[in-house]
Amino acid sequence: MADSIVIVGAGETGARAALALRQKGFTGRLTLIGAEPSPPYERPPVSKAVLAGEAEAPPVVVLDKDLAAKEIDYLAGTQVEAIDRNAHEVRTGDGQTVAYDKLLLATGARARPLALGDNRPCLLLRSREDGFALREKLKPGVRLVVIGGGFIGLEVASSAVARGADVTVVEQASQLMGRAVPASIAAIMQRRHEASGVKVLLEQDVRELDALDDADIVVAGIGAIPETELAQSAGLEIDNGISVDGRLSTSDPDIFAAGDCCSYPHPLFGDARIRLESWRNALDQAEHVAGSILGDASPYETVPWFWSDQHGLSLQIAGLPQFAKATVQRVLGDGSLIEFGLAEDGRLVSASGVAEGNKIAKDIRASEMMIGGKMSPKPSDLADPNVSLKSLLRR
Amino acid sequence: MSNWIDACAKEDVEAEDVIRFDHSGQTFCIYRSPEDEFFATDGLCTHEQVHLADGFVMDNIIECPMHNGRFDYKTGAAKGAPVCEALKTYPVKVEGERVFVDLG
Repeated sequence: MADSIVIVGAGETGARAALALRQKGFTGRLTLIGAEPSPPYERPPVSKAVLAGEAEAPPVVVLDKDLAAKEIDYLAGTQVEAIDRNAHEVRTGDGQTVAYDKLLLATGARARPLALGDNRPCLLLRSREDGFALREKLKPGVRLVVIGGGFIGLEVASSAVARGADVTVVEQASQLMGRAVPASIAAIMQRRHEASGVKVLLEQDVRELDALDDADIVVAGIGAIPETELAQSAGLEIDNGISVDGRLSTSDPDIFAAGDCCSYPHPLFGDARIRLESWRNALDQAEHVAGSILGDASPYETVPWFWSDQHGLSLQIAGLPQFAKATVQRVLGDGSLIEFGLAEDGRLVSASGVAEGNKIAKDIRASEMMIGGKMSPKPSDLADPNVSLKSLLRR
Repeated sequence: MSNWIDACAKEDVEAEDVIRFDHSGQTFCIYRSPEDEFFATDGLCTHEQVHLADGFVMDNIIECPMHNGRFDYKTGAAKGAPVCEALKTYPVKVEGERVFVDLG
Protein backbone atom coordinates (compact mmCIF):
# COMPACT_ATOMS: atom_id res chain seq x y z
CA MET A 1 0.00 0.00 0.00
CA ALA A 2 1.30 3.43 -0.95
CA ASP A 3 2.03 5.94 1.81
CA SER A 4 2.46 8.91 -0.47
CA ILE A 5 0.74 9.69 -3.77
CA VAL A 6 1.68 12.70 -5.88
CA ILE A 7 -0.49 14.00 -8.73
CA VAL A 8 1.09 16.29 -11.31
CA GLY A 9 -1.55 18.41 -13.01
CA ALA A 10 -4.57 19.92 -11.26
CA GLY A 11 -7.07 20.10 -14.09
CA GLU A 12 -10.27 18.09 -14.08
CA THR A 13 -8.37 14.76 -14.14
CA GLY A 14 -5.86 15.54 -11.41
CA ALA A 15 -8.38 17.11 -9.05
CA ARG A 16 -11.00 14.39 -9.59
CA ALA A 17 -8.37 11.68 -9.10
CA ALA A 18 -7.35 13.23 -5.78
CA LEU A 19 -10.95 13.26 -4.60
CA ALA A 20 -11.49 9.70 -5.84
CA LEU A 21 -8.39 8.44 -4.00
CA ARG A 22 -9.78 9.80 -0.74
CA GLN A 23 -13.24 8.47 -1.50
CA LYS A 24 -11.77 5.02 -2.13
CA GLY A 25 -10.14 5.09 1.28
CA PHE A 26 -6.58 6.25 0.68
CA THR A 27 -5.45 7.85 3.94
CA GLY A 28 -1.76 8.52 3.23
CA ARG A 29 -0.08 11.72 2.10
CA LEU A 30 -1.69 13.13 -1.04
CA THR A 31 -0.16 16.01 -2.98
CA LEU A 32 -1.78 17.73 -5.96
CA ILE A 33 0.53 19.98 -7.96
CA GLY A 34 -0.90 22.40 -10.54
CA ALA A 35 0.80 24.90 -12.83
CA GLU A 36 -2.16 27.28 -12.88
CA PRO A 37 -2.60 29.64 -9.92
CA SER A 38 -6.37 29.14 -9.50
CA PRO A 39 -8.26 26.35 -7.77
CA PRO A 40 -8.93 23.39 -10.13
CA TYR A 41 -11.71 24.41 -12.54
CA GLU A 42 -13.87 22.96 -15.30
CA ARG A 43 -12.39 23.77 -18.70
CA PRO A 44 -15.36 23.21 -21.11
CA PRO A 45 -17.18 26.49 -20.24
CA VAL A 46 -14.06 28.53 -21.15
CA SER A 47 -14.94 28.40 -24.87
CA LYS A 48 -18.71 28.44 -24.24
CA ALA A 49 -20.46 30.30 -21.39
CA VAL A 50 -17.35 32.15 -20.16
CA LEU A 51 -16.46 33.46 -23.62
CA ALA A 52 -20.08 34.31 -24.42
CA GLY A 53 -20.24 36.28 -21.19
CA GLU A 54 -23.02 34.10 -19.73
CA ALA A 55 -20.74 33.02 -16.89
CA GLU A 56 -18.20 35.20 -15.10
CA ALA A 57 -15.77 32.32 -14.61
CA PRO A 58 -15.80 28.55 -15.07
CA PRO A 59 -17.01 26.54 -12.06
CA VAL A 60 -14.31 25.21 -9.76
CA VAL A 61 -14.00 21.44 -9.45
CA VAL A 62 -13.14 21.62 -5.78
CA LEU A 63 -12.68 24.56 -3.44
CA ASP A 64 -9.41 25.14 -1.59
CA LYS A 65 -11.17 24.61 1.74
CA ASP A 66 -12.56 21.25 0.59
CA LEU A 67 -9.08 20.16 -0.53
CA ALA A 68 -7.81 21.14 2.90
CA ALA A 69 -10.67 19.31 4.63
CA LYS A 70 -9.74 16.14 2.74
CA GLU A 71 -6.07 16.63 3.61
CA ILE A 72 -5.04 17.05 -0.01
CA ASP A 73 -1.92 19.26 -0.19
CA TYR A 74 -2.54 21.55 -3.15
CA LEU A 75 0.50 23.29 -4.60
CA ALA A 76 -0.98 25.86 -7.00
CA GLY A 77 1.06 27.80 -9.55
CA THR A 78 3.82 25.23 -9.27
CA GLN A 79 5.68 23.67 -12.19
CA VAL A 80 7.13 20.19 -11.89
CA GLU A 81 10.50 20.19 -13.60
CA ALA A 82 11.70 16.63 -13.22
CA ILE A 83 10.85 13.14 -12.02
CA ASP A 84 13.60 11.14 -10.34
CA ARG A 85 12.33 7.58 -10.79
CA ASN A 86 15.12 5.98 -8.76
CA ALA A 87 14.66 8.26 -5.77
CA HIS A 88 10.84 8.24 -6.25
CA GLU A 89 10.51 11.99 -6.05
CA VAL A 90 9.50 14.96 -8.18
CA ARG A 91 11.31 18.30 -8.24
CA THR A 92 9.38 21.55 -8.60
CA GLY A 93 10.40 24.81 -10.25
CA ASP A 94 10.76 26.48 -6.86
CA GLY A 95 13.22 23.87 -5.67
CA GLN A 96 11.02 21.60 -3.56
CA THR A 97 11.23 17.85 -3.79
CA VAL A 98 8.16 15.76 -3.06
CA ALA A 99 8.53 12.01 -2.49
CA TYR A 100 6.07 9.54 -3.95
CA ASP A 101 5.32 5.85 -3.79
CA LYS A 102 2.86 6.22 -6.67
CA LEU A 103 2.83 9.10 -9.14
CA LEU A 104 -0.02 10.19 -11.40
CA LEU A 105 0.70 12.34 -14.44
CA ALA A 106 -2.39 14.34 -15.36
CA THR A 107 -0.52 16.98 -17.30
CA GLY A 108 -3.20 17.54 -19.94
CA ALA A 109 -2.50 19.19 -23.26
CA ARG A 110 -1.67 22.64 -24.53
CA ALA A 111 -3.14 24.48 -27.49
CA ARG A 112 -1.10 24.07 -30.65
CA PRO A 113 0.45 27.45 -31.48
CA LEU A 114 0.39 29.03 -34.92
CA ALA A 115 2.92 31.49 -36.28
CA LEU A 116 1.24 33.98 -38.61
CA GLY A 117 4.35 35.82 -39.78
CA ASP A 118 5.01 39.56 -39.54
CA ASN A 119 4.86 39.05 -35.77
CA ARG A 120 1.07 39.19 -35.97
CA PRO A 121 -0.43 38.03 -32.70
CA CYS A 122 -2.46 34.83 -32.84
CA LEU A 123 -4.43 34.02 -29.70
CA LEU A 124 -4.95 30.53 -28.33
CA LEU A 125 -7.62 29.24 -25.98
CA ARG A 126 -6.90 26.74 -23.26
CA SER A 127 -6.87 28.30 -19.79
CA ARG A 128 -9.50 30.43 -18.10
CA GLU A 129 -7.09 33.39 -18.37
CA ASP A 130 -7.00 32.83 -22.16
CA GLY A 131 -10.81 32.97 -22.07
CA PHE A 132 -10.93 36.16 -19.99
CA ALA A 133 -8.39 37.86 -22.29
CA LEU A 134 -10.29 36.96 -25.46
CA ARG A 135 -13.65 37.92 -23.95
CA GLU A 136 -12.29 41.42 -23.22
CA LYS A 137 -11.56 41.88 -26.92
CA LEU A 138 -14.89 40.54 -28.22
CA LYS A 139 -16.77 43.78 -28.62
CA PRO A 140 -19.65 44.31 -31.07
CA GLY A 141 -18.39 44.75 -34.63
CA VAL A 142 -14.89 43.50 -33.93
CA ARG A 143 -13.56 41.41 -36.83
CA LEU A 144 -12.49 37.96 -35.67
CA VAL A 145 -10.85 35.29 -37.78
CA VAL A 146 -10.85 31.80 -36.29
CA ILE A 147 -8.29 29.47 -37.81
CA GLY A 148 -9.44 25.87 -37.49
CA GLY A 149 -13.00 24.55 -37.76
CA GLY A 150 -12.77 22.03 -34.94
CA PHE A 151 -14.70 21.97 -31.66
CA ILE A 152 -12.79 24.82 -30.02
CA GLY A 153 -12.76 27.04 -33.10
CA LEU A 154 -16.49 26.59 -33.66
CA GLU A 155 -17.35 27.17 -30.02
CA VAL A 156 -15.29 30.37 -30.12
CA ALA A 157 -17.20 31.40 -33.28
CA SER A 158 -20.55 30.67 -31.64
CA SER A 159 -19.67 32.59 -28.46
CA ALA A 160 -18.13 35.51 -30.39
CA VAL A 161 -21.15 35.95 -32.67
CA ALA A 162 -23.33 36.04 -29.55
CA ARG A 163 -21.22 38.98 -28.40
CA GLY A 164 -21.74 40.81 -31.68
CA ALA A 165 -18.42 40.06 -33.35
CA ASP A 166 -18.03 39.68 -37.10
CA VAL A 167 -16.68 36.13 -37.38
CA THR A 168 -14.95 34.15 -40.13
CA VAL A 169 -13.94 30.52 -39.61
CA VAL A 170 -11.19 29.17 -41.83
CA GLU A 171 -10.73 25.42 -42.22
CA GLN A 172 -8.28 23.71 -44.55
CA ALA A 173 -10.25 20.43 -44.77
CA SER A 174 -13.41 19.91 -46.83
CA GLN A 175 -15.69 19.65 -43.77
CA LEU A 176 -15.87 21.07 -40.28
CA MET A 177 -14.77 19.08 -37.22
CA GLY A 178 -12.66 16.64 -39.22
CA ARG A 179 -12.85 12.90 -38.84
CA ALA A 180 -14.27 13.03 -35.35
CA VAL A 181 -17.73 13.95 -36.67
CA PRO A 182 -19.71 12.44 -39.59
CA ALA A 183 -20.05 14.73 -42.63
CA SER A 184 -23.87 14.76 -42.34
CA ILE A 185 -23.72 16.16 -38.82
CA ALA A 186 -20.91 18.58 -39.68
CA ALA A 187 -23.05 19.93 -42.55
CA ILE A 188 -25.98 20.62 -40.19
CA MET A 189 -23.66 22.46 -37.84
CA GLN A 190 -22.16 24.44 -40.70
CA ARG A 191 -25.61 25.58 -41.88
CA ARG A 192 -26.42 26.72 -38.34
CA HIS A 193 -23.16 28.69 -38.15
CA GLU A 194 -23.92 30.37 -41.47
CA ALA A 195 -27.52 31.12 -40.44
CA SER A 196 -26.14 32.72 -37.28
CA GLY A 197 -23.91 35.03 -39.30
CA VAL A 198 -20.59 33.17 -39.19
CA LYS A 199 -18.71 33.07 -42.48
CA VAL A 200 -17.31 29.56 -43.00
CA LEU A 201 -14.50 29.02 -45.49
CA LEU A 202 -13.63 25.38 -46.21
CA GLU A 203 -10.56 24.08 -48.10
CA GLN A 204 -9.02 27.46 -47.46
CA ASP A 205 -5.30 27.94 -47.07
CA VAL A 206 -4.91 30.53 -44.35
CA ARG A 207 -1.80 31.96 -46.03
CA GLU A 208 -3.97 32.99 -48.99
CA LEU A 209 -6.69 34.58 -46.91
CA ASP A 210 -7.30 38.28 -47.51
CA ALA A 211 -9.65 38.55 -44.52
CA LEU A 212 -6.64 37.95 -42.31
CA ASP A 213 -5.23 41.38 -43.15
CA ASP A 214 -8.46 43.07 -42.08
CA ALA A 215 -8.94 41.05 -38.90
CA ASP A 216 -8.83 42.75 -35.51
CA ILE A 217 -8.28 39.45 -33.71
CA VAL A 218 -7.00 36.09 -34.92
CA VAL A 219 -7.59 32.98 -32.83
CA ALA A 220 -6.16 29.57 -33.71
CA GLY A 221 -7.99 26.40 -32.72
CA ILE A 222 -5.87 23.86 -34.54
CA GLY A 223 -5.66 21.11 -31.99
CA ALA A 224 -3.80 20.36 -28.83
CA ILE A 225 -0.43 18.84 -28.04
CA PRO A 226 -0.27 16.40 -25.12
CA GLU A 227 2.05 17.55 -22.34
CA THR A 228 4.57 14.72 -22.43
CA GLU A 229 7.91 16.46 -21.89
CA LEU A 230 8.14 15.61 -18.20
CA ALA A 231 7.37 11.93 -18.86
CA GLN A 232 9.73 11.83 -21.82
CA SER A 233 12.63 13.30 -19.85
CA ALA A 234 12.02 10.64 -17.23
CA GLY A 235 12.39 7.96 -19.91
CA LEU A 236 8.75 6.84 -19.97
CA GLU A 237 7.30 5.46 -23.21
CA ILE A 238 5.60 8.06 -25.41
CA ASP A 239 3.24 7.19 -28.26
CA ASN A 240 0.90 10.05 -29.20
CA GLY A 241 0.87 10.97 -25.52
CA ILE A 242 2.21 9.20 -22.47
CA SER A 243 1.74 5.54 -23.33
CA VAL A 244 -0.26 3.61 -20.72
CA ASP A 245 -1.72 0.12 -20.55
CA GLY A 246 -5.35 -0.80 -19.98
CA ARG A 247 -5.06 0.07 -16.27
CA LEU A 248 -3.57 3.48 -17.18
CA SER A 249 -0.13 2.47 -15.87
CA THR A 250 2.93 3.78 -17.74
CA SER A 251 6.02 1.74 -18.55
CA ASP A 252 7.04 2.38 -14.90
CA PRO A 253 4.64 0.43 -12.63
CA ASP A 254 4.75 3.20 -10.00
CA ILE A 255 3.75 5.91 -12.48
CA PHE A 256 0.29 6.31 -13.99
CA ALA A 257 -1.14 8.77 -16.50
CA ALA A 258 -4.71 9.84 -17.24
CA GLY A 259 -6.70 12.39 -19.21
CA ASP A 260 -5.68 14.36 -22.32
CA CYS A 261 -1.98 13.57 -21.86
CA CYS A 262 -2.16 9.78 -22.25
CA SER A 263 -2.83 7.25 -25.00
CA TYR A 264 -4.31 3.89 -24.12
CA PRO A 265 -5.48 0.70 -25.83
CA HIS A 266 -9.26 0.54 -26.15
CA PRO A 267 -10.76 -2.97 -25.93
CA LEU A 268 -13.95 -1.93 -27.78
CA PHE A 269 -11.93 -0.92 -30.83
CA GLY A 270 -9.58 -3.89 -31.17
CA ASP A 271 -7.16 -2.44 -28.61
CA ALA A 272 -6.37 0.42 -30.98
CA ARG A 273 -4.31 3.00 -29.12
CA ILE A 274 -6.33 6.18 -28.74
CA ARG A 275 -5.91 9.50 -26.98
CA LEU A 276 -9.02 11.48 -26.10
CA GLU A 277 -9.33 15.16 -25.37
CA SER A 278 -12.69 15.22 -23.70
CA TRP A 279 -14.15 16.24 -20.39
CA ARG A 280 -15.98 12.96 -19.79
CA ASN A 281 -12.79 11.04 -20.43
CA ALA A 282 -10.99 13.26 -17.93
CA LEU A 283 -13.59 12.47 -15.28
CA ASP A 284 -13.90 8.76 -16.00
CA GLN A 285 -10.16 8.14 -16.25
CA ALA A 286 -9.61 10.05 -13.01
CA GLU A 287 -12.00 7.71 -11.25
CA HIS A 288 -10.49 4.64 -12.90
CA VAL A 289 -6.84 5.53 -12.32
CA ALA A 290 -7.53 6.15 -8.64
CA GLY A 291 -8.64 2.52 -8.44
CA SER A 292 -5.62 1.31 -10.45
CA ILE A 293 -3.20 3.19 -8.18
CA LEU A 294 -4.78 1.47 -5.20
CA GLY A 295 -4.38 -1.96 -6.79
CA ASP A 296 -7.48 -2.57 -8.94
CA ALA A 297 -6.49 -4.56 -12.05
CA SER A 298 -9.56 -3.89 -14.23
CA PRO A 299 -9.02 -2.28 -17.64
CA TYR A 300 -10.43 1.09 -18.62
CA GLU A 301 -13.06 0.42 -21.28
CA THR A 302 -15.53 3.28 -20.96
CA VAL A 303 -17.20 4.27 -24.23
CA PRO A 304 -15.73 7.57 -25.50
CA TRP A 305 -18.23 10.44 -25.32
CA PHE A 306 -17.94 14.01 -26.56
CA TRP A 307 -20.23 16.96 -26.69
CA SER A 308 -20.23 20.49 -28.06
CA ASP A 309 -22.69 23.39 -27.86
CA GLN A 310 -22.85 25.80 -30.78
CA HIS A 311 -25.60 28.38 -31.41
CA GLY A 312 -28.12 26.47 -29.30
CA LEU A 313 -27.49 23.19 -31.09
CA SER A 314 -25.98 20.40 -29.12
CA LEU A 315 -23.79 17.76 -30.63
CA GLN A 316 -23.18 14.51 -28.79
CA ILE A 317 -21.03 11.61 -29.93
CA ALA A 318 -20.71 8.24 -28.25
CA GLY A 319 -18.11 5.80 -29.52
CA LEU A 320 -15.68 6.53 -32.34
CA PRO A 321 -17.17 7.22 -35.81
CA GLN A 322 -13.79 6.70 -37.48
CA PHE A 323 -14.05 2.96 -36.70
CA ALA A 324 -17.34 2.57 -38.61
CA LYS A 325 -17.48 0.60 -41.88
CA ALA A 326 -21.16 1.40 -42.55
CA THR A 327 -23.55 4.09 -41.39
CA VAL A 328 -27.28 4.30 -40.68
CA GLN A 329 -29.18 7.55 -40.26
CA ARG A 330 -32.16 8.19 -38.02
CA VAL A 331 -33.92 11.36 -39.13
CA LEU A 332 -35.96 12.80 -36.29
CA GLY A 333 -38.00 15.31 -38.26
CA ASP A 334 -37.36 18.51 -36.32
CA GLY A 335 -33.92 18.99 -37.83
CA SER A 336 -32.42 16.48 -35.42
CA LEU A 337 -30.30 13.69 -36.82
CA ILE A 338 -28.47 10.70 -35.41
CA GLU A 339 -25.92 8.85 -37.50
CA PHE A 340 -24.93 5.41 -36.27
CA GLY A 341 -21.66 3.74 -37.18
CA LEU A 342 -21.45 -0.05 -37.54
CA ALA A 343 -18.35 -2.22 -37.66
CA GLU A 344 -17.88 -4.85 -40.36
CA ASP A 345 -19.55 -7.48 -38.17
CA GLY A 346 -22.58 -5.24 -37.54
CA ARG A 347 -21.54 -4.18 -34.06
CA LEU A 348 -22.52 -0.63 -33.11
CA VAL A 349 -19.35 1.47 -32.71
CA SER A 350 -20.65 5.04 -32.74
CA ALA A 351 -23.70 7.26 -32.50
CA SER A 352 -23.41 10.93 -33.41
CA GLY A 353 -26.34 13.24 -32.94
CA VAL A 354 -27.24 16.87 -33.35
CA ALA A 355 -30.38 18.61 -32.12
CA GLU A 356 -31.81 21.74 -30.57
CA GLY A 357 -31.07 21.78 -26.86
CA ASN A 358 -30.65 18.37 -25.27
CA LYS A 359 -33.23 16.44 -27.28
CA ILE A 360 -30.94 13.66 -28.44
CA ALA A 361 -29.29 13.08 -25.06
CA LYS A 362 -31.46 10.08 -24.14
CA ASP A 363 -30.90 8.43 -27.51
CA ILE A 364 -27.15 8.96 -27.42
CA ARG A 365 -27.03 7.56 -23.88
CA ALA A 366 -28.97 4.46 -24.93
CA SER A 367 -26.62 4.09 -27.91
CA GLU A 368 -23.60 4.46 -25.65
CA MET A 369 -24.87 1.55 -23.57
CA MET A 370 -25.36 -0.57 -26.69
CA ILE A 371 -21.82 0.26 -27.84
CA GLY A 372 -20.42 -0.64 -24.43
CA GLY A 373 -22.46 -3.87 -24.46
CA LYS A 374 -21.02 -4.80 -27.90
CA MET A 375 -24.53 -5.05 -29.28
CA SER A 376 -25.45 -5.37 -32.97
CA PRO A 377 -28.88 -3.74 -33.29
CA LYS A 378 -30.75 -4.21 -36.57
CA PRO A 379 -30.03 -1.30 -38.94
CA SER A 380 -33.76 -1.07 -39.73
CA ASP A 381 -34.51 -0.50 -36.02
CA LEU A 382 -31.77 2.12 -35.76
CA ALA A 383 -33.16 3.97 -38.77
CA ASP A 384 -36.78 3.96 -37.54
CA PRO A 385 -37.48 6.93 -35.23
CA ASN A 386 -40.55 5.10 -33.89
CA VAL A 387 -38.38 2.36 -32.40
CA SER A 388 -37.19 3.36 -28.93
CA LEU A 389 -33.42 2.94 -28.71
CA LYS A 390 -33.79 2.18 -25.05
CA SER A 391 -36.06 -0.76 -25.93
CA LEU A 392 -33.27 -2.18 -28.13
CA LEU A 393 -31.06 -2.37 -25.06
CA ARG A 394 -33.28 -5.04 -23.61
CA ARG A 395 -33.27 -7.37 -26.60
CA MET B 1 -48.76 22.27 4.98
CA SER B 2 -49.70 20.21 1.96
CA ASN B 3 -50.22 21.77 -1.42
CA TRP B 4 -51.22 18.96 -3.78
CA ILE B 5 -51.01 20.00 -7.43
CA ASP B 6 -52.42 17.98 -10.32
CA ALA B 7 -49.25 17.52 -12.39
CA CYS B 8 -50.11 15.13 -15.21
CA ALA B 9 -51.94 11.98 -16.27
CA LYS B 10 -50.33 8.63 -15.51
CA GLU B 11 -50.19 7.88 -19.22
CA ASP B 12 -48.18 11.04 -19.88
CA VAL B 13 -45.10 9.36 -18.43
CA GLU B 14 -43.78 6.12 -19.89
CA ALA B 15 -42.41 3.48 -17.57
CA GLU B 16 -38.77 4.15 -16.63
CA ASP B 17 -38.94 7.67 -18.02
CA VAL B 18 -39.34 11.29 -17.01
CA ILE B 19 -41.30 14.38 -18.09
CA ARG B 20 -41.06 18.07 -17.29
CA PHE B 21 -43.72 19.81 -15.19
CA ASP B 22 -43.84 23.58 -14.66
CA HIS B 23 -45.85 25.31 -11.96
CA SER B 24 -45.85 28.89 -10.62
CA GLY B 25 -42.53 29.80 -12.17
CA GLN B 26 -40.83 26.66 -10.89
CA THR B 27 -39.85 23.62 -12.89
CA PHE B 28 -39.96 19.97 -11.84
CA CYS B 29 -39.47 16.43 -13.11
CA ILE B 30 -42.07 13.66 -12.76
CA TYR B 31 -40.71 10.11 -12.99
CA ARG B 32 -42.37 6.73 -13.49
CA SER B 33 -40.24 3.90 -12.14
CA PRO B 34 -39.94 0.43 -13.69
CA GLU B 35 -42.14 -0.75 -10.77
CA ASP B 36 -44.81 1.71 -11.92
CA GLU B 37 -44.45 4.13 -9.01
CA PHE B 38 -44.31 7.90 -9.49
CA PHE B 39 -41.74 10.35 -8.09
CA ALA B 40 -41.01 14.08 -8.35
CA THR B 41 -37.86 16.20 -8.03
CA ASP B 42 -36.67 19.68 -8.86
CA GLY B 43 -36.25 20.05 -12.61
CA LEU B 44 -32.73 21.40 -12.85
CA CYS B 45 -29.49 19.55 -12.26
CA THR B 46 -27.56 20.86 -9.26
CA HIS B 47 -24.36 20.97 -11.35
CA GLU B 48 -25.06 23.46 -14.15
CA GLN B 49 -28.80 24.11 -14.10
CA VAL B 50 -29.60 21.86 -17.05
CA HIS B 51 -33.15 20.43 -17.21
CA LEU B 52 -33.18 16.78 -16.21
CA ALA B 53 -36.33 15.96 -18.19
CA ASP B 54 -34.10 15.45 -21.26
CA GLY B 55 -32.05 12.95 -19.28
CA PHE B 56 -31.89 9.17 -19.35
CA VAL B 57 -33.71 7.11 -16.72
CA MET B 58 -32.39 3.67 -15.81
CA ASP B 59 -33.89 1.83 -12.82
CA ASN B 60 -34.01 4.47 -10.06
CA ILE B 61 -31.34 6.73 -11.58
CA ILE B 62 -31.80 9.90 -13.65
CA GLU B 63 -28.77 11.13 -15.60
CA CYS B 64 -28.26 14.74 -16.56
CA PRO B 65 -28.43 15.05 -20.38
CA MET B 66 -25.38 17.31 -20.55
CA HIS B 67 -22.74 15.96 -18.25
CA ASN B 68 -24.10 12.67 -16.95
CA GLY B 69 -24.39 13.79 -13.37
CA ARG B 70 -26.49 11.06 -11.73
CA PHE B 71 -29.16 11.17 -9.06
CA ASP B 72 -31.41 8.64 -7.39
CA TYR B 73 -34.76 10.22 -8.24
CA LYS B 74 -36.46 8.36 -5.39
CA THR B 75 -34.28 9.99 -2.72
CA GLY B 76 -32.62 12.87 -4.59
CA ALA B 77 -29.16 11.58 -3.60
CA ALA B 78 -26.25 12.60 -5.85
CA LYS B 79 -24.51 9.51 -7.23
CA GLY B 80 -21.05 10.71 -8.24
CA ALA B 81 -19.01 13.21 -10.28
CA PRO B 82 -19.66 15.84 -11.42
CA VAL B 83 -22.60 16.29 -9.03
CA CYS B 84 -22.25 16.38 -5.28
CA GLU B 85 -25.33 18.34 -4.21
CA ALA B 86 -28.56 16.36 -3.76
CA LEU B 87 -31.72 17.02 -5.72
CA LYS B 88 -34.83 18.13 -3.82
CA THR B 89 -37.67 15.60 -3.94
CA TYR B 90 -41.43 16.06 -3.46
CA PRO B 91 -44.18 13.70 -2.25
CA VAL B 92 -46.34 12.21 -5.01
CA LYS B 93 -49.73 10.48 -4.95
CA VAL B 94 -51.81 8.90 -7.68
CA GLU B 95 -55.58 9.31 -7.68
CA GLY B 96 -57.36 7.51 -10.48
CA GLU B 97 -55.47 8.32 -13.64
CA ARG B 98 -53.94 11.57 -12.32
CA VAL B 99 -50.56 12.20 -10.66
CA PHE B 100 -50.41 14.81 -7.87
CA VAL B 101 -47.29 16.44 -6.43
CA ASP B 102 -47.13 18.07 -3.00
CA LEU B 103 -45.23 21.31 -3.52
CA GLY B 104 -45.62 22.23 0.16
